[in-house]
Amino acid sequence: MQFSPEALIVLGPLFAAAIAGLLQRYIGDKIAMAITTASVGLSLVLSWPIFIDFVWGEAQPQVIELFRFIDVAGFTSTWSVRIDTLSAIMLVVVNTVSFLVHVYSIGYMAEDPHRARFFSYLSFFTFAMLALVTANDFLQLFFGWEGVGVASYLLIGFWFEKRSANDAAIKAFITNRVGDFGFALGIMACFLFVGTIKFFPTESGDLALFAGTVDGVEVAGQLERLAHQALVLGDLVLPAAELTAFLLFIGAMGKSAQFFLHVWLPDAMEGPTPVSALIHAATMVTAGVFMVCRLGELYHIAPLASGFVTIVGATTALFAATVGLAQNDIKRVVAYSTCSQLGYMFFAAGVGAYNAAMFHLFTHAFFKALLFLGAGSVIHGMHHEQDMRYMGGARKPMPITWAMMLIGTFALIGFGIPGLGGFAGFYSKDAIIEAAYGSQGIGAQFAFWCGVSAALLTSFYSWRLAFMTFEGKFRGNPDAHHHDEAHGHGHTQEGHEEATSPAAHHDDHHAHAKPADGSAPAHESPWIMLVPLFVLAAGAIAAGAIFAPYFLGHHAGEFWDHVIPFHEGHHDFPTWVLWAPLIVTVIGFLLAVIFYLWKPSAAKAMAKGPVWAFLYNKWFFDELYDFVFVKGARALGDLFWKVGDKRMIDGLGPDGVAASSRFFSRNLRKVQTGFVYHYSFIMLIAAVAFGAYAIFAGIGGAP
Amino acid sequence: MEITLFHYLIVAAALFTIGVFGIFVNRKNVIIILMSIELVLLSVNVNLVAFSAYLQNLEGQIFAMLVLTVAAAEAAVGLAILVTYFRNRGDIAVEDINQMRG
Repeated sequence: MQFSPEALIVLGPLFAAAIAGLLQRYIGDKIAMAITTASVGLSLVLSWPIFIDFVWGEAQPQVIELFRFIDVAGFTSTWSVRIDTLSAIMLVVVNTVSFLVHVYSIGYMAEDPHRARFFSYLSFFTFAMLALVTANDFLQLFFGWEGVGVASYLLIGFWFEKRSANDAAIKAFITNRVGDFGFALGIMACFLFVGTIKFFPTESGDLALFAGTVDGVEVAGQLERLAHQALVLGDLVLPAAELTAFLLFIGAMGKSAQFFLHVWLPDAMEGPTPVSALIHAATMVTAGVFMVCRLGELYHIAPLASGFVTIVGATTALFAATVGLAQNDIKRVVAYSTCSQLGYMFFAAGVGAYNAAMFHLFTHAFFKALLFLGAGSVIHGMHHEQDMRYMGGARKPMPITWAMMLIGTFALIGFGIPGLGGFAGFYSKDAIIEAAYGSQGIGAQFAFWCGVSAALLTSFYSWRLAFMTFEGKFRGNPDAHHHDEAHGHGHTQEGHEEATSPAAHHDDHHAHAKPADGSAPAHESPWIMLVPLFVLAAGAIAAGAIFAPYFLGHHAGEFWDHVIPFHEGHHDFPTWVLWAPLIVTVIGFLLAVIFYLWKPSAAKAMAKGPVWAFLYNKWFFDELYDFVFVKGARALGDLFWKVGDKRMIDGLGPDGVAASSRFFSRNLRKVQTGFVYHYSFIMLIAAVAFGAYAIFAGIGGAP
Repeated sequence: MEITLFHYLIVAAALFTIGVFGIFVNRKNVIIILMSIELVLLSVNVNLVAFSAYLQNLEGQIFAMLVLTVAAAEAAVGLAILVTYFRNRGDIAVEDINQMRG
């Protein structure tokens, strides 16, 4: 095992997590926080030069093999650190957001008694995510995949005293298991057809899926073999590439909360807000997109599976945006927004614009983490109120948070003038929509229209969030600690913190009497929470403009350099296609102005309608799944339990034997009356009977 | 009329039957059961003595002496049990002696 700075990037957070987690009793919260934050900071410092070298330098893809993980009967798996454009992007995304979230959490979790545990989990998550993105074979990818799943479970359920947090954690874990089952099958399919699970060739010389260069020598990939094989099941012929790609995408659907498997993501907001920003917005949920891009060449030769990716992605983009319109919980709006943006990334990958998908992943990480941390700052400043109906007028007391959220909103809606430039989201989102328009792939036109409609809705719900939170008069919660029951899961996200220091918050509520000018009785967050916002805001403003030439533009060919299938897209789109996103965005903005600034009564009237109820209840997906899967599983379990186990197995087995022996003994004991003359009478009868038998049968009779 | 072996056997059989019936038909008194057992044993004695005289063999009479001894011992033991039982339970009605019921 050789040592290298690249290995330190990945393993550093693991050691920090172990120290903070296992020794927290001895080193205390402060040191645990310092160690974890420092190690992620070190990873950050080490990973940016790698990325910069890929963007502006001459860096070549390389694989550093650390040790052989499994080597048995033709199956090998090596723990390695793959460094190429794709993983360099992910390294900076993960480390940047993770470091900022670590810093932010120092302020946000200041009152939590379990800070060491929290930071340990955060660092463990970072390690698992880094292992995922630097994987050079499916097994390490899967390890990271499951590792982030575990970290996600632990962090969603961080406030384990809360029933709703536990439920949400379990829901996330189980939903991900569904996807991971498909993912595991996909890996097995790959091994079955190709005989290797390695991505890129290395010096160890095992077969690899994709072509690569080892010591200056071109090594061919084995992907071809997928194209010419098929799985035959009777009359059904499943092309190997399509099957593998499809199964792997099932895993991506679970991890990235795509349509049908999206139900866990909004509930995951039960976790602390920094966790939502790190895991459920910027990094973990994008693992699916990363995986599809990493396997871009596979999806390239699987048009049907790519079409499926496109359609699912486009549907998710539109569906999640519609649901986002009607949510009242500030974090849930952002969560559905994340779900929707992930849909954008997927349909970009589905239509073959892997670079656009990765670019949106890159920019989205900045502005969505910004929005989440901004929302966390609002929640913090509003004394743990999350329901936007009870907010309003927060601009004055929280000007910095307001400004940061505004930047995030502009970036999210992709504001920008075609030909001139704009916020980060503008470059990536418009590239995706244009790629969908220009693609001939299955479902591409559907994706284009979904993407444009979703852009309208995105703009509307983003401004709705901004207006309801920051503008107007402070509405306040009529019942300060009454939380909306309609969601089933309580909104007492920060209830735990409240519980830990009730006295302090109690004082707060009294200290902030309602200001006369209608602004909210809120306070600005501490600097340690605001500084990460500044950094992310800088990314949300500038990341698009700086990196667009490399991800999308004229440098893209050399930037991607065989890492993903990249085709020089044509740039002669009709003018209306170029302007459509901006136009719908402005329409969405105007609608939001009308409904939430100009005529708030109209919004209230609309909130009573059936369409609103349909959206508010998330298309009744939870109810449907509850009816089909939860109730169905319970009915099936009841059947097996009551009929299969109790009646068949127990009935014929132990219970049956016991019952029959009890029946016979109950009847047999009636013979024992306890009367002596009964016994002697039986003796007499028996004697007579035997005597009669002896006489008539002639036994011992006269000679 | 000469009294033959047949008559003795008839008497013994009658005594035996009375004794057996005494045991089974009686539902009231344990003492009657003891007396019936005594009757059964005596009927056997009559048989033994009758055959002894008929066959000119003394063994039968020796057996009769033995049976008398056993009968006396049995009556003594039986009555002793009865007294103890009465002392413990205050009653010797046969219907109530079913403590061995299953």
